[in-house]
Amino acid sequence: MNGSIFVNLPFIVVAVLLALGFYTIGFKRNLIKVVIGVEILEGAVNMFIVALGYVKGGYAPIYTQAPPEAAGKMVLPTPQALTLTSIVIGVAVSALMLAFAVNIYKHYGTLDVTKIRRLRG
Amino acid sequence: MTTTIIRTTTKILAPLILVFGSYIILHGHLTPGGGFQGGAVFASGLALLIVANNKEKVKELFDKVPLSQLESLGALGFLGIGALGLMGYTFLKNVIANSDFLFGAPTPKGINPGYLNTGGTLSYLNIFVGTKVLAGLTSIVLIFFLILRRERDEW
Amino acid sequence: MRRALGLFAFLSFIIFLLAAAISLRPFGEPPHAEMDTYFIEHAQEEASANNVVTSVVFDYRGFDTLGEATVLFTAVSGVLMALRHYGGKEK
Repeated sequence: MNGSIFVNLPFIVVAVLLALGFYTIGFKRNLIKVVIGVEILEGAVNMFIVALGYVKGGYAPIYTQAPPEAAGKMVLPTPQALTLTSIVIGVAVSALMLAFAVNIYKHYGTLDVTKIRRLRG
Repeated sequence: MTTTIIRTTTKILAPLILVFGSYIILHGHLTPGGGFQGGAVFASGLALLIVANNKEKVKELFDKVPLSQLESLGALGFLGIGALGLMGYTFLKNVIANSDFLFGAPTPKGINPGYLNTGGTLSYLNIFVGTKVLAGLTSIVLIFFLILRRERDEW
Repeated sequence: MRRALGLFAFLSFIIFLLAAAISLRPFGEPPHAEMDTYFIEHAQEEASANNVVTSVVFDYRGFDTLGEATVLFTAVSGVLMALRHYGGKEK
């Protein structure tokens, strides 16, 4: 449409972050780096959801001691609520991934993805 | 990692972080924040306490804290408050709002300075979710600490 | 060879992402959202809370939050299960 680069700068940043995360997941071999790539992807997705709900010149959707002109111009609240859900789930999932990384390191002695193929009792 | 700098900083900073986390949990329906964020802040304060002490002290400190019981209590409290809405309405209906119960005062319409005695079931759910999140995150940090400290105690 | 193919696919994916980001609707002008307007106008009388985001999380979408708490519980028990063999007898 008529969106130029400067208007859509947050979406461009989201695209760059997504590219970095996919590069890290696809081309790095260390498992810790793969976990970091998943975290970068998660940050990109959260930023995208929040950026979708932004209203130009809007205020935070909280009525406590808000400035008087904020009553009619508030940012959409549902994307922020969903982002809150996503952040907590992301923390839990990253903790689970790191636990499995610790487990793999204790079992195989390495974190290299290409060397974890051998089946060992 | 238990140097004098970290121990002194923890002594000053950890009570402040714990109080700030409780404030965020309790004022979840008035200011930015809520159960999840406040629980995370509280858990970070406890993580600071875990990191700044050595292993025996941590074991002695957290043996008396029933973390898994707290987490189960949070989940059961959430379900119980949700089941309160089944009295005539649907699950998780805000039945306490606009009644005479604790946290049940009506909120004035429009911009106001914010009153703590409002919120209905939201305040109870904030407290229970905060309990659950702080117990869960603290137990994650604790288990990583105990395992990674096991081999190299001289960190 | 496989690495070159992967790199080519990755580069075309980046181009697709950038084109999508540029051709998206302008930042800061969301379409008319009836649901969000309802939440902002009625959250104070229905949920009795000043914070609209909290009233969405815990009241209008409370079931979603229940599932999220379940996910957190599952992740914590997964961590404890995965690291049980190395932790000894603590917790």
